[in-house]
Amino acid sequence: VSANMFRAVVRLSASGARSLTRSRTSISAPLASRCYSHGKVETDEEFDSRWVTYFSKPDIDAWELRKGMNTLIGYDLVPEPKILDSALKACRRLDDLASAIRILEAVKEKAGPHKDIYPYLIQELQPTLTELGISTPEELGIDR
Amino acid sequence: MLRLPSVRLGGLVVRRASAALSSPVRMASHGNVSLSHSEVSQTVDMSQPMYWDRVDTPLPDRRYKDILTDSEKSLKQKEKGPWAQLSKEEKIALYRMSFLQTFPEMKQRSDEWKTVMGGIFIFLGFTGLLVWWQRIHVYPQRPHTFDPEWQEKQLQRMLDMRISPVEGISSKWDYEKGQWK
Repeated sequence: VSANMFRAVVRLSASGARSLTRSRTSISAPLASRCYSHGKVETDEEFDSRWVTYFSKPDIDAWELRKGMNTLIGYDLVPEPKILDSALKACRRLDDLASAIRILEAVKEKAGPHKDIYPYLIQELQPTLTELGISTPEELGIDR
Repeated sequence: MLRLPSVRLGGLVVRRASAALSSPVRMASHGNVSLSHSEVSQTVDMSQPMYWDRVDTPLPDRRYKDILTDSEKSLKQKEKGPWAQLSKEEKIALYRMSFLQTFPEMKQRSDEWKTVMGGIFIFLGFTGLLVWWQRIHVYPQRPHTFDPEWQEKQLQRMLDMRISPVEGISSKWDYEKGQWK
């Protein structure tokens, strides 16, 4: 699985399975897709960096972590590895291993029928997982 | 303090209410829940953060177990150090302290639908029995005016009286030939 396949934030749609190899040049669905012709549309990079910054706050508190994760999971997309990386490091700052494992479960759930997204995420997150000592749900045997 | 009496209906409501309380006996000391054996219902304090397992809310408002035993507390202390030093069992224990069900457990399918459909069919069947009994024992006798001989005479009389001659029944009868058109 090359990194190029998943450059953009992987967006999922309820209606039909979109090809994961959709390239950046195609129409990018804006985050708040309303039908106004004016108004700035946030790009994928802006969205990603906004969320990375959110979780990178050094003195992030538990409420902000929960709020951020629950909001992020509410979006119609699977978060980029860098956002999850930032969130896992936030869990470390909060000494919360359980939430870190929960986050991994949640994004696996978000991928839905697209079974190849989660292994890719784990692959990308492996350095952080090893560095922080986070076990995946599969390693702990709680993924059944 | 808001109280919500939740009657024991069984199934989802009670499970959620009980998931929202951990260690109910100990919670009584906080004055949140009163659980005497004579009471049928549990009261859930809805003004406090509640715990629930939801796929779309991975991190609920509070940890599942908020009252920890000493061993759990010491594990929490160990969590402040490097996580690589925790064994698998300790990691699972930490997870279970914070969460009641894992995602796969949450998403388990139940056989409740079979109970529901079975109940529906039972009640439909019972209603059918009632209707049948009613037909036998309640309905009066079939009027004699429904007998075929009577119906023939009735139709003949209608034709003789020229009922609905323009577009109705008499217009469909051919009076000269004495048959239907």
